[in-house]
Amino acid sequence: MSETTTHNGHDHAHAGHHELPFWRKYIFSVDHKVIGIQYAVTALFFLLFGFTLMMIMRWQLAYPGQPLPVIGKILGETAMPGGVMAPEFYNQLGAMHGTIMVFLGVVPLAVGGFGNFVVPLQIGAPDMAFPRLNMASYWVFLPGCVLMISSFFFPGGAAQSGWTSYPPLSDIASVGQTVWCFSMVLIITSSLLGSINFIVTIVQLRAKGLSYWRLPFFVHAQLVTAFLLLLAFPPLEAATVMQIMDRVAGTSFFLPSGLVVSGEQLKVAGGGSPLLWQHLFWFLAHPEVYVLILPAMGIVAEVIANNTRKPLWGYRLLVYSVVFLGFMSFVVWAHHMFMTGMGTTMSTFFQTTTMIISIPSVIILTCFIMSLYGGNIRFTTPMLFATAFLPMFAIGGLTGLPLGLTASDIYLHDTFYVIGHFHYVVAPGTLFALFAGVYYWFPKATGKQMNATLGKIHFWTSFVCINFVFMPMFFQGMAGLSRRLYDPTVYAHGRGVQALNVVISLGAWGLGLSQIPFIVNFFMSLKRGARVAENPWNATTLEWAAPSPPGHGNFLTEPVVYREPYEYSVPGHANDYSPQFVEGS
Amino acid sequence: MAETTHSHSESPEEFKKHLGKYYAVFVALICLTAITVGVSYLKLESRGLAIAIALVIASVKAGLVAAVFMHLIDEKKVIYAVLILTALFFLLVLGLPSLTVYEHGPAFQGQ
Amino acid sequence: MAEAAAHHESPIPYMVQPHPVTGIPNGKFGIWLFLASEVMLFGALFSSYVLIRTGAPHWPPEGGLTSEIVNVPLGTLNTAVLITSSITMVLSWASCKMGSLPRFKLWMAATIGLASVFLVIKYFEYKHKFDLGHFPSHDNFYAIYFTLTGLHGLHIIGGIIVNTFLLTAGSKMWTTDPEHFTNRVENAGLYWHFVDLVWIFLFPSLYLL
Repeated sequence: MSETTTHNGHDHAHAGHHELPFWRKYIFSVDHKVIGIQYAVTALFFLLFGFTLMMIMRWQLAYPGQPLPVIGKILGETAMPGGVMAPEFYNQLGAMHGTIMVFLGVVPLAVGGFGNFVVPLQIGAPDMAFPRLNMASYWVFLPGCVLMISSFFFPGGAAQSGWTSYPPLSDIASVGQTVWCFSMVLIITSSLLGSINFIVTIVQLRAKGLSYWRLPFFVHAQLVTAFLLLLAFPPLEAATVMQIMDRVAGTSFFLPSGLVVSGEQLKVAGGGSPLLWQHLFWFLAHPEVYVLILPAMGIVAEVIANNTRKPLWGYRLLVYSVVFLGFMSFVVWAHHMFMTGMGTTMSTFFQTTTMIISIPSVIILTCFIMSLYGGNIRFTTPMLFATAFLPMFAIGGLTGLPLGLTASDIYLHDTFYVIGHFHYVVAPGTLFALFAGVYYWFPKATGKQMNATLGKIHFWTSFVCINFVFMPMFFQGMAGLSRRLYDPTVYAHGRGVQALNVVISLGAWGLGLSQIPFIVNFFMSLKRGARVAENPWNATTLEWAAPSPPGHGNFLTEPVVYREPYEYSVPGHANDYSPQFVEGS
Repeated sequence: MAETTHSHSESPEEFKKHLGKYYAVFVALICLTAITVGVSYLKLESRGLAIAIALVIASVKAGLVAAVFMHLIDEKKVIYAVLILTALFFLLVLGLPSLTVYEHGPAFQGQ
Repeated sequence: MAEAAAHHESPIPYMVQPHPVTGIPNGKFGIWLFLASEVMLFGALFSSYVLIRTGAPHWPPEGGLTSEIVNVPLGTLNTAVLITSSITMVLSWASCKMGSLPRFKLWMAATIGLASVFLVIKYFEYKHKFDLGHFPSHDNFYAIYFTLTGLHGLHIIGGIIVNTFLLTAGSKMWTTDPEHFTNRVENAGLYWHFVDLVWIFLFPSLYLL
């Protein structure tokens, strides 16, 4: 399947330099670390891009119908006639924000970035099992991203049917939706290639002595995530192929008979089912939610264990919970569809499974909180983000319960409450965990430490602003304000909570400004950060045995594992950490 | 060559014994194809029965291909584990139509 | 064979030799995982077919019987062609196991040839339908027929590309690392049998029922 590279595993950190030309080393590289960094940088860029779309959109929501100064002119007359946002452009921003954040931002950063960079290091492998496949995965992903962004320039603009692309609307939307479908096929294919690689790598390439119960929690989380990607993504690929057929070949997979559009009956064969798309979409997209959150939990586990200087509380319980979460995530998808008239028996079934899936999530969170108890906590930048993850994820998770119960979902469905709920899970939840990961593994990837002061400014400003963004949404939602409204003041019940929209928008723009310290810190530290040795955090897992940054082949000597992953503050030991790779001590 | 798989550990001469098995499966597959086409020409009254027969025959054929050509009959545990997991989710995705139709009947087809 | 592996200087373990615990090399595990995802892909399409079919007042929507609007003899012939290509694929792998590169090449060429015959027959079937004006948009039967057979056809093309590589440039590996090469043929075979297996279900569902 894959071809070997000709280097042996004992290269020194910089020994690879003279052997490969620039384009083989940094562009079409087969080294998992370079690919991981490529994924991470691409994803960070798209996170910023997707967030920018939302910051523009927030103008219309805070000040509906008012011209946006300066930026309105730059965006041109089609998108912003006279500086006022066109409804079509608003829809494009919404759909693309969701798509970009999920498929081009968070997943590539969590799985493609951290997964690729950290997993082989943590299991003591010289590389991923299939290095060329790994490279192919990135080089399928990138054209998918470029295609996705290019859709803004097609006639009629980008996709505007929401990130869920529900038919029949998406079937009859402008050509941007077709581009959306094709780029999704590329991105899904890339994920599939990646997930195969992760599973084989974790099962086959673990270092000597590294049994499953000695794996860092992050690796367990990535393994479960890879299975979710492997088995949940193909149904969406199938659905996307059918949507392409509907749009390009004129079929009616998702179009019912007798559909009337703008007063005229649509000239298609009919006989399809819009619900079919919803089922196939959520069959992927609910596991996808766990694809977003599991790697984040993995990162939080690593950072918490390292900074509390004590073993994770309930390590095995965490692993069982994460596996159970993975399984359950496949049988809850229809809780997104209570309003489709699904019937009471089905609704009861999915309501029950949804309540069940909250149990392992609560167990995981409890384990993390218990891990803090009695710890001698070091509040480093990664730890600040990881600690903030706990209450933020808890808010996101607990506000999900009313949405999982049919009775309350009828009221809250498709309101801003839903937006607040899943953003609490993904933005201050997952994204904060991912920032923790960036600060935590930056020294490993670059050999430089990030600036702590800028990191703390980044954390505190982001933390305050992000709560101003998402907390008011719960109140708006409970007031009945629908999501995806171009003008929130169009209904009387929306006008009462319009002032909150101004608060949210100011919070969002503040959050945008809060990222400046991070961007400055990232590039400044890259150039001028303090040099670090192998193990700057005094951590225990295997990645800290390799040089910072690791050379091709990762480890100077083949690592052997002697103990469990989080042996901090072992009584009677000289240091407060006993690395997995050190015998005795 | 330190091989653990028993089908790998044989010398070329021993390996020849397996060829007969492959030919036998080939003949069986061709015969089953003929039967399934033959049955379809009977134009059975009951469509349900026709579907059941065709799918049973297809499953037998698929089973033969998987078991013998893909050597699933003598495979490692890890592959069985992956396939059992996949089968589980495969059934779930196959159950999807019934979830949609259940309590709806075919009525969702807009009139 | 240990010398051959060492000679390779592969930094990645279990590329050729089986892993002591799982008992398989990386490639074989990888291809089975890939097939698992393929099961889900075709499973979802099949499931959609069942849903749309059970929802339709009559199947095929234009009336009559499925077997009257598709070419059953050609479909049967194509099934036989694909089954035959499966056994030639097994034999090409068996030839590697028995140490004969020429016989491997013979059987592999036969596999590729049969796969091409399959596509040519498919082309005539498609062309006939297009000539009648039966495009995928005609009704949901044709939508499903073209989507499923089209996607399957793309898999056939993928198989032809892989097999052609193994027959030509890829077979150079036989002299340097025959065991690795045999593993590759086995993995290509697993994929190829899966494509055959999908057709075994598509044929009755789309042609006979």
